[in-house]
Order: sequence, then structure tokens, then C-alpha cells
Amino acid sequence: MKKLICGVMALLLVGSVFAGCQKKVSGKVATDGSTSMEDVIGGLAESFMNNNNGITVTYNPTGSSSGVQAVQEGRCDIGLASRDLKDEEKESGLTGTTLALDGIAVIVNPENPVADLDLETIAKIYTGEITNWKDVGGNDAEIVVIGREAGSGTRDGFESITGTEEACAYRQELTSTGDVIATVAGNPDAIGYTSLSAVEDNVKALSVGGVAPSEATVKDGSYVIQRPFVLVTKTDAKLSEAAQMFFDYITSAEAAEVIAAAGVVAVN
Amino acid sequence: MNKKKQATEHIIHGIFLVLGLITVLCVLLITVYLVISGIPAIREIGLIPFLFGTEWESTASEAKFGILPFILTSVYGTAGAIVLGVPIGFFAAVYLSKVASSKVRHTLENAVSLLAGIPSVVYGLVGMMVLVPGIRTIFDVPDGASLLAAIIVLAIMILPSIIKVSITALDAVPKEYEDASLALGATPVETYFRVSAPAAKSGIAAAVVLGVGRAIGEAMAVMMVSGNAANMPSLFQSVRFLTTAVASEMSYSSGLQRQALFSIALVLFLFIMLINATLNFFLKRSKED
Repeated sequence: MKKLICGVMALLLVGSVFAGCQKKVSGKVATDGSTSMEDVIGGLAESFMNNNNGITVTYNPTGSSSGVQAVQEGRCDIGLASRDLKDEEKESGLTGTTLALDGIAVIVNPENPVADLDLETIAKIYTGEITNWKDVGGNDAEIVVIGREAGSGTRDGFESITGTEEACAYRQELTSTGDVIATVAGNPDAIGYTSLSAVEDNVKALSVGGVAPSEATVKDGSYVIQRPFVLVTKTDAKLSEAAQMFFDYITSAEAAEVIAAAGVVAVN
Repeated sequence: MNKKKQATEHIIHGIFLVLGLITVLCVLLITVYLVISGIPAIREIGLIPFLFGTEWESTASEAKFGILPFILTSVYGTAGAIVLGVPIGFFAAVYLSKVASSKVRHTLENAVSLLAGIPSVVYGLVGMMVLVPGIRTIFDVPDGASLLAAIIVLAIMILPSIIKVSITALDAVPKEYEDASLALGATPVETYFRVSAPAAKSGIAAAVVLGVGRAIGEAMAVMMVSGNAANMPSLFQSVRFLTTAVASEMSYSSGLQRQALFSIALVLFLFIMLINATLNFFLKRSKED
């Protein structure tokens, strides 16, 4: 893994600067993983460090799978995954603790008259079974299906919830939430998905089966397109003192406000 | 005193040698690394299914790693950029080198240099905000993010290298050739295209090859306008290039998927080596001429 990371560096000619993922040092907490969790972890780290001067929390946005791998290899204290741990990952000695729930919003252009779709219809649109907006009560125009790149936590979350794994017929596979929003905002016939917290005014979030996406509907489970933000730790190894303090803090009720400020729903 | 000077000379030579070797070392390191990390996936997938497979589903449970769509997209995209960019670049170079007054030439050359200095992400951004919606409206297609958008962006991006290298080649044509042509009664335009351009052909060929190299290696700008779906290339379809295939999946990849990305990088690397060899060939010929 380390070798591979070095390879990426060599490949991109970025030289020797590589932030994050320090070895376990007392007074330092290294987190590594899901890019979707940046806002949450950033906010939590900031409020935690304000109260605990001696401890530095770092965050390395590498993606859920890389984060899980980093914990496994001991390259960071807490891994961050924006999906439930897979069985084989649990078997390899990892524990997942759900920190928060993130709703995935299905977004369309504000000009689009369609405001509600059910999960099945969304799945049909993404698999290419429905290709025209008029079939779902919209204008007579071809649906432009926008998604994320293979490996993205949001894509994984969306496809597993809608049951469209490996079946999506994407017109565009974009590499960031911002790109998806910009593209949907710029094309009246586009449909995309993104973290609920990232939805801006320039796109319209569809209600799913009559339930509009919101914090309340995500938490009570009535909005179905949601995924967990999971903290990944080793089952049999103890966290360092600093890491344990951070872990306790972010899973406490105290931190819920900070988590909510990042646009996701705290579970504790 | 003399000895001291000599010692300084030696030391400076040594330092230069080390600095030079660093470059060579980097190239070697990257080459060796790419080969080592690119081979395993090709072995596992098989060379033929890898190079000629038409489906890329890297995260599916039965993963498919066929990169033919990427190879063809890169080839078509580059070819398209050359078809659009070379005539514009060539005629601009002829104009700047032979026709333009020195004031015009100075201004335009500055503009060309500026074009070369614009970061590729800016090309991508402008393409995404202006070109993609533009193609959607003009050609009445559902989505403008397509091979065509990438070709247009690439054509603009390779203009500076083509213009600059062509100008250098045209400037180097001995004045006597042109004078002789003019004295024989040829018009200036006839002289430019019948005498100057053929005399500078190796240099112009080098300019084209340089443009090919730039176009095939560009990632950021094309990633933002081409839509990134792994389709077989077609002008109004969303496509994925060799470069963007590596760049778009690398950050979240793992296992064989990641190894396969290195293999794609290896293929791209071989393409670029080939192009460099061609470039060297033309440059050498242009020197001999």
C-alpha cells in the first residue's frame, strides 16, 4: 500500500510532500478516509482541539476504502468510512462505530417540473430503463444521468440503496460533489446525486416516495436514500490516549451540535 | 591561485553533474516504477483482454478491465485536436513569421505565450461553463460533455506549442531561398507555401508531434469537459481518456483496480515515449537539413 501511494506520487510528479497519516504519537490523532466526511471531521477536530490544546487532529481525505486500509495497516488512529464495513473487513479485525447519517439527495435542475420520484423509478432512470423525462411526468427530453466515479463513497452508497450496483448507465461520471452540482445546475435535463449537506440553491432536491430529504426525515429513517458515516478502529488494539479522548468526544451528545452544523444527522 | 580556481571549477562541474543526474534518476525511477507496478495487473487480466477489451467496470463484482475505449478515445481526441489545431497553428505561424509587421508580431506572440501559460484547469473550467452548455444548445444533444468538447479544448491548448515551434522553423529558412523565388516572379504567398513551408517541413512536423504529445498527456482539462463515462468513442458521447481513466479513479481505488490504473499509466507512458522518439527523429532531421 505504501509503495502504491509512493507510486501515485511519482506518477503525478508531486514530489515528496504528502500530508497526513502520521505514525501514532501521543498528542496526535490521525484520521484517514472518506472525502465525504471532510466537513464533519473538520468541524469536530476544530472544536476538540479548542478544548484540548496539546492534541492535534489530522485528517487525510483518501476515500473510504483507503481509510479502512490505513487503520488495518496502523497508519492512522481512526479510519473514516462513508459506508458500513464490509463483512470481510469486520472479519479482518475492524470495528465500525456509526457517527452520523448522511442523506443522499437526488438532484435535478430547478427548471425541471418533476419534484417527486419513488426509489424504484430512480433506479429505473439510473439503469437506463426510463430514458425520457415525459415518462415520469416531466418534459419531453432525454434524461441525462450524472453519477460519481467508480469507488466513490457517494456512488457506492447511492447504488447499494437503490439496488443499481453495476447496472447504472451513466452519461457522465464526475469526480467531485461540486462537479455534479455544477453539471446538474447547468443542464435542465440532468439528474444527479450528492450528499444532502452539499445541496445548494442552484439545484432542486427531489423528494423520494413523497418524503422530502431533510435532517428529520433522514434520522427517523423515512427518507430512504441515506448512508452511515462510520468510525473504523481495530477491534483488539487500544487507541492511544489522545485518540481515545477524541473518539469519546465525537461520539458524545456534546458533539451532536457540531455534527449537525456540518449538515448531517448525529446518531448519539 | 590557479590551483584554487581549478578546484572551484571541479567542484562546480561536480555539482552540475549531480543536478543533471537527478533528472535522469527521476526518469529512470518513474520508468522502473511504472513497469514494475503496471505489469502485475496486465498479467492477471491478460494482455489481449486488457488492451482490446471494450468494457471497463473496475468495481463490479465481476470486474472488467478493458481499456480499448480509453486508447481509442485518446487517439481520436488527439487526432481531432490535431485536425483542428494544426491548420490554425500553421497558418498563424506563417502569418506571424512572414507577413506580420514586427509590431503585430510582437503583440500576437505575447498573446500566444499567454495562452501557453494558462493552467489547464482554467481551460477545463471555461470549457465546462461555456463550451459544454454551448455544444448542448448548438447541436441539440442532451448533454454537451463529449468527445467534441474535449477535442475543441485540446485544439486550443496545443496551439501555442504548434505556433511557436513552427515560427522558429519558418524563421530559420534562409532568406536567399525566398529571394530567389520572388526574383523568379513568384508572388509572396506562393513563396511562403511553395518555398518557405517545404524548407521548414521538418520543424513543422516536429511542432505537430509536440502538439500530439501535449494533447495525449492532458488530463485535467479533458476530465472536466468529457463526461468521463467509459464509452467507446463517438463525437457526442461522454468519453474517458487514458489520462482521465487514471486520474478519476485513482483516489478511491484499491486492489486489482489500482494495479490496472498503473497499467493504464504504463500504456500511456509507452505512447508518450513513442511520440518523443518521433519528435527526436524529426528534430534531428530538421537539424541535418
